[in-house]
Amino acid sequence: MVTQMVRSKREGDLARVEHARDRRTYLPNVDILETPEEFLILADMPGVKPDSIEIEYEQGVLTIHGQADPRQDEAATNYLLREYGVGDFHRSFTIGQGIDDAKIEAHYSDGVMELHLPKAEKAKPRRITVKGD
Amino acid sequence: MFRNRMSTWSPFDELHREINQILESFNPVTNGGRMAGWLGTFPAVNIWEDGDALYAEAEIPGVRSEDLEMYAVGNELTIKGQRTARQGENLTYHRQERGAGEFTRIVTLPVEVDAEKVEANLCNGVLTITMPKAAAARARKITVKKA
Repeated sequence: MVTQMVRSKREGDLARVEHARDRRTYLPNVDILETPEEFLILADMPGVKPDSIEIEYEQGVLTIHGQADPRQDEAATNYLLREYGVGDFHRSFTIGQGIDDAKIEAHYSDGVMELHLPKAEKAKPRRITVKGD
Repeated sequence: MFRNRMSTWSPFDELHREINQILESFNPVTNGGRMAGWLGTFPAVNIWEDGDALYAEAEIPGVRSEDLEMYAVGNELTIKGQRTARQGENLTYHRQERGAGEFTRIVTLPVEVDAEKVEANLCNGVLTITMPKAAAARARKITVKKA
């Protein structure tokens, strides 16, 4: 799995934020887990509208995108402390073969996206029994 | 299969983490509060104000309201909570960027707030706290009397 460098939401790193379509975009922090049946991706995407989340799997590349609109009028707000910025979340993962893309499932709750990527039958571990004489 | 899974570990990451944890333990603002795997203070906080109130916002995805405690006393706001890492048999982590564990963040506010009237809202992992300023700290319009 290949992922891009993590771009921090913290203010000091704002210069490294992408400005695509005039919207700030951040890389979400993710956990990637594996069980015998599936890969599980947990992505921190706070403030995202659940119905704006887009998940694409095409030619081995999984892309997640969530839209987070500004929560204050930034120009008019009198900030005393600004430690993070608000913007969309976007991240891509290169996944080799072994995923049953028809069965990919996603849930979003408490600002965390949970993405289940079931393994294709042939990629599941198989127990090989050795026959004795 | 995920490729290059071995490349996520580097001895320098480990060292970097150790050094940050030591530095962080001396940080008077957070009282050393941190989450495992998280470099620096958690959560990051934005604070803004208007004439009547201070507002604080923090992104705490994966923290449920029952795992969250907040105190506003005088001019100090404390946010405490915890987030648990996914655990289970047959579960292997290939990458762990999301911090887990307990955290405490103490923020000193520029003015005193009315602790009785503080309200908090947690929605989609975003915590918003509204803290009306104490009467003495509110902006008052002063009319000039004509002689």
